[in-house]
Amino acid sequence: MSQAPLHLVLTLGDWINLFAHYLLLSLMSIGGAISTTAEMHRFLVEEHHWLTQAQFNDAIAIAQAAPGPNVLFVALMGWKVGLNTGSYLAAFAGVAVTMLGILIPSTTLTYLAARWGHENRELLGVRAFKQGMAPVVVGLMVSVGIILGSAHRDWQQDWKLWTLSVVAGLLIWRTRIHLLWLLAAGALLGGLQLV
Amino acid sequence: MTSSPDHPQPTSLLDLFVSFTLLALQGFGGVLAVVQRELVERKRWLSKEEFIEEWAVAQIMPGPNVVNLALMIGGRYFGLRGALMALAGMLTVPLMVVLMLAVLHAQFAEVPAVMGALRGMAAVSAGMIAATGLKLAGALRKHPLRWWISALLALFCVIFVVLLHLPLAFTLFSLGGIGVTCTYRVLKREHP
Repeated sequence: MSQAPLHLVLTLGDWINLFAHYLLLSLMSIGGAISTTAEMHRFLVEEHHWLTQAQFNDAIAIAQAAPGPNVLFVALMGWKVGLNTGSYLAAFAGVAVTMLGILIPSTTLTYLAARWGHENRELLGVRAFKQGMAPVVVGLMVSVGIILGSAHRDWQQDWKLWTLSVVAGLLIWRTRIHLLWLLAAGALLGGLQLV
Repeated sequence: MTSSPDHPQPTSLLDLFVSFTLLALQGFGGVLAVVQRELVERKRWLSKEEFIEEWAVAQIMPGPNVVNLALMIGGRYFGLRGALMALAGMLTVPLMVVLMLAVLHAQFAEVPAVMGALRGMAAVSAGMIAATGLKLAGALRKHPLRWWISALLALFCVIFVVLLHLPLAFTLFSLGGIGVTCTYRVLKREHP
C-alpha cells in the first residue's frame, strides 16, 4: 500500500468524531452492518473526504472476497482512513476505532436481550417471538443465496457459475460433504478459468 | 451452564475460540451457513430449532448477524466470558487475514487465476447459503403454525427481498410480525 491517494491530517477531534459516528451506525445496523453502507459512504467519502470512492469500493470488495464475517469491511475502511494519514500505526488505530465503534453498542444490546430472553424463555411472548420468526428466517436465508448467486450473472455467459452454485447447493443439501472440499473445488475450477 | 444437557457442548473457552475461528475462516460471502453446518450438524451444540430461534434474535437486533449469533451461542454456555471468547474467535484471525489481503490487493488484483478462484468460491458459497435455507425449512414441519402458513410467510419473504427489493427492516417487522402474532395465538390456545 505505497500509493496513498489522500494525505490526511487527523486531529484527536476527528478520531473522536469517527468513533462516535460508528457508535451511532452500530445502533442503526438492523440487518447487519452492510445495511448502513450508504451512510458510511456519505460520511467518509462525501462529507469528510477521508476515503476516495475507489478505496471505499475496494474495502467492500476485499472483505466480500475474504473469509470471515462481512462486517470486516468496516475494519478495512478504518485501515484505509488511517493509511491516508501516511502511517501504519494510524491504520491500526483506524481499525480499532471503527471496529470497536460498530461493535460495542450492538453487541451490548444483543447480549442483554439474549440474556433477558433466556431468563424469560417460558413467557408466552418470548416463545411466540422466537418461534414465530422462523418462517421469515428460513425465507431470508434462501433469499441471500439467490441474491449472491445472481449477482454477476447473465445466463449466456455465466451458465457455468450458475451450474456450480446449483451443484454445490444440492451436494450440501443432500450430503454431509465438508464445505472446504467444495470451496477448494470452486477455487480450482475458477483458478483454471473453467467457470 | 444453562442449556439442556442432552446434546454436546463446547468443552472449554479455548474450544469455543478455536471452533469459531475455524468456521469463520470457511465463510466466504456468508458465515451463517457454515455456523449451521458446523454447530448444528457436526458438533450438535444446537438443534435446528434452537439455531433458528437464536438467529431470529440475532437478526432482529442491530449489529452484524453472525457476530450476534456467536455472542449468543458463546454466552449460552459460558456467560459473558463465553460471549467474548466466541466473538474474539469469530473476528481475530479473519481480521488479520483481511488486512493482509488489503495489503496484497494491489499485486494480486491483476492475476486472472486469483480472480477466477474467488469467483468459483463465491459461486459455491451462494449455493451453500440457499441449501442451508432449504435444510432449515425442514424445521418448519415441527412448527406450531400450520405448514402452509409457514411456507407462505417464507415465500413472501423471498418475494419481498429478491423481487421487490423492500428494505430488510420492513420485511422483518411486517412478515415477522404476522408470524409472531399467529404463533402467539396458537401457543395461547394450546397452553392457556
